Amino acid sequence: MMQLDKSIITRLREIVGEKEVLDRKEDLIPYSFDGTAALKQYPGCVVFTRTTEQVSRVLKLANQENIPVVTRGSGTGLSGGSLPSDQCIVLCTVKMNQILELDAANLTLLTEVGVTTLTVSEAVDKAGLFYPPDPGSMKISTIGGNVAENSGGLRGLKYGVTRNYVMGMEVVLPDGEICWMGNKCVKDVAGYSLKDIFIGSEGTLGVITKVLLRLIPKPQAKKTMVATFEQMDRAAEAVSAIIAAQIIPCTLEFLDRTTIHCVEDFAKIGLPLDCDALLLIETDGHPSVVTEEAEKMEAICRENGCKEIRVAKDDAEATKLASARRTAFSALARLSPTTILEDATVPRSELGHMIRYVASTAEKYKLRVGTFGHMGDGNLHPTFLTDERNKEEMHRIEEAFEEIFKEAIRVGGTITGEHGIGVAKKRFLPDFAGQAQMRVLREVRKALDPKGILNPGKIFDPS
Amino acid sequence: MSNLSSCTPSPSAQSLPSTGSHLKDLDYSVVQQCMHCGLCLPTCPTYELTKLEKHSPRGRISLMRAIADDELEVSKSFADEMYYCLGCLACMTACPAGVNYAELFEHARAEVESKQVLKSPKRTLIRQFAIGWLFSDQRNLQFLGTLIRLYQQSGLQSLIRGSGIMRLMPKRLRELEKMTPTIQPRFSNELLDRVTPPKKEKKYRVALLTGCAQDLIFSDVNLDTAEVLARNGCEVITPPEQNCCGSLHAHNGEWTLAQGMARQMIDLLPPDQYDAIITNAAGCGSHLKHYTGLLKDDPAYAAKAREWDQKVKDIHEWLGVIGWDVPEITPETQAKVTYHEACHLAHGQKITAQPRQILQSIPGVELCELPESNWCCGSAGIYNIVQPETADLLLQRKLDHVETTGASILATGNPGCLLQILNGARERGLRMEIRHPISLLAEAYRQEKA
Repeated sequence: MMQLDKSIITRLREIVGEKEVLDRKEDLIPYSFDGTAALKQYPGCVVFTRTTEQVSRVLKLANQENIPVVTRGSGTGLSGGSLPSDQCIVLCTVKMNQILELDAANLTLLTEVGVTTLTVSEAVDKAGLFYPPDPGSMKISTIGGNVAENSGGLRGLKYGVTRNYVMGMEVVLPDGEICWMGNKCVKDVAGYSLKDIFIGSEGTLGVITKVLLRLIPKPQAKKTMVATFEQMDRAAEAVSAIIAAQIIPCTLEFLDRTTIHCVEDFAKIGLPLDCDALLLIETDGHPSVVTEEAEKMEAICRENGCKEIRVAKDDAEATKLASARRTAFSALARLSPTTILEDATVPRSELGHMIRYVASTAEKYKLRVGTFGHMGDGNLHPTFLTDERNKEEMHRIEEAFEEIFKEAIRVGGTITGEHGIGVAKKRFLPDFAGQAQMRVLREVRKALDPKGILNPGKIFDPS
Repeated sequence: MSNLSSCTPSPSAQSLPSTGSHLKDLDYSVVQQCMHCGLCLPTCPTYELTKLEKHSPRGRISLMRAIADDELEVSKSFADEMYYCLGCLACMTACPAGVNYAELFEHARAEVESKQVLKSPKRTLIRQFAIGWLFSDQRNLQFLGTLIRLYQQSGLQSLIRGSGIMRLMPKRLRELEKMTPTIQPRFSNELLDRVTPPKKEKKYRVALLTGCAQDLIFSDVNLDTAEVLARNGCEVITPPEQNCCGSLHAHNGEWTLAQGMARQMIDLLPPDQYDAIITNAAGCGSHLKHYTGLLKDDPAYAAKAREWDQKVKDIHEWLGVIGWDVPEITPETQAKVTYHEACHLAHGQKITAQPRQILQSIPGVELCELPESNWCCGSAGIYNIVQPETADLLLQRKLDHVETTGASILATGNPGCLLQILNGARERGLRMEIRHPISLLAEAYRQEKA
């Protein structure tokens, strides 16, 4: 175990200022975790940078002295991506929070990375434009964290994920060199698309300091509906039928009975409680298309045994419904102190099967589970409800997830749709990726970060 | 000041729980409930200002948990953090997991007091004076109130302010002098009879809590409340001698004193004798509804405390339950009114719709929404006295928003907020009235008669 030397703290303070380096125990404890359950590790210190230049100097120092650096935004990640490593420097970007340029002529936004997703979304909305990615934590998650984790959200089905909106970025490489990749051009094939390697790199390849985002016109109309079903199966079939009818709505979310009750208990927006599954459906775009799609989907839901369908009366109600859905994961914690969630994702044709598989696995291991997720894009969030002090049950959860992941891989799915590997899913990656891909992943990392100072132990171990 | 000496230096030390720690003694599931998702961060005023996790709800909970887990000693730095928290409870509104931050926070402050890590002669003296003496007996508060009233009415205040002598005083004392509220010419027990008969058919019998600070500075609001209740069919019982409800004590880690105040209140107003026990001060109401937790281990009071909690109603909430008459007046002009939500009404008691509905029901009132209406104004109990810098940042932020509304009246349901915003508006030279919503309703009713 390496000990973070006092002289390092002094040198860091010279770079960012006295108050921008935290090293007292009371200051470090609140940085010993992110949004992931049951993971805790104290860092050596926390450093707040305000400029790219400062990030560069911090990395130069860390690289020279072989000190691990873990980049952190708001610490809402769900795979342990910003969990500190022992005696590391936590490089926190939340004070790099200026939006730099909204270019309405080119439909781009240039921003520092510590700006929250909601701030980006609101700023863009004011200009009559649209930035679609909307992860559950968007009120506080930083745009830098979104890019580093390639976050998804409720609108992934139609609009894609963060990756689809990154046109360029400024990155500080592990040796401190500053590098710009990408630009405002819609087309650009000059060299490898390096920015794409950094998107979803979970802080292992460089520190992203600025991002250039692609914006799109704001949809003119939208319609939001809630459909309820007696059985989860029927909801899944309705979703498959909607996709098969070649309708791609903006949002196609589901909640199971347990999750519905928790969300309603918190949000009190009058969700129907007497059903086994609820679909939150939103279509947006040209008004006539919205009307047509909404009618078609309503019919498909009814054909598939939907009990009741309710249309949000206005934008405010639609926003309330989507906001309530975003609290699903946290709301499940009303039932148990520890909530372990995963995001196994399968091809949409396998949805019904996967949902049944999760339920039977939970039963087999005698576990309480709440399941919700992005049904339209096959991205499930089975969440086991437990108490981390119950070691025996925690072990059963491990076993259950192992089975779920294996099944997801078997049917052509992935072990994580939007949360990342981090530490939580590290041991499942080799099975999913296979030997050749693992080798390339390791070589890429080694080429960019030969000393392995950036977020060590995340995604995969060096070897 | 004989009471001062009888106030033990650290009352909470007497109530040390079995483990010797308030936090360790808590049901661990309360500490563990926080799953650190971070959804509280954007709603926390101190996190928003500083961007430091330790100044956030989940950061503070992680520190409390570290103490419960024996990973951290109760240190001065921990104590400072617990007192940097406003206790605004915005995090409880934001928290999908339902973490009981209020309970954690009070236990954490009680832990700080029992370990005496902040102890200094000055702090002990101030706390003994304010918490142990002044707010422990309403007679003491009225005595001080009378002195200040004399100071203000005799012309001495104008003389001193005019003379420039204040410039010779330390900066903090100058600031505090400016914050001194104007004391009402008459206290509640001089304004209100023990029984206010209903103005129409009697439907309910309610008790009215006059509060401590409220009684000194806004006794007129108590009169307004009694009139509004009577106008809507309530017989109002207002015992002349009421003490503090113990809110201040509980929020400042004085558990034993808070328990004593709670017992006094229950004895004074046995809950089985009233349909409701009415408060018009949000900060008090938020505490008054939680006597169950305070007295759960007291066999003589536990059951009464449960009934008490059920009976306590904020005035807006109660009017929402019983309904209120729309004032029959036709004013010639419209007044733009904006509404600031007291934290302990919005977050502490989840009362958000009723005050707005009441204001909207008053003919001549045009209600315009205040941006960030449920963001703390910095008053936060005695926070503006102990953390003046942060409190002022929040006050200025609030006033910036108030100015954008163009309202001529700001309404809010808590004496702390009323006073804070009143002082801030005066400093800025804003020409606007700061009123309690119930006062506006009472005024409208009074115009009916004319």
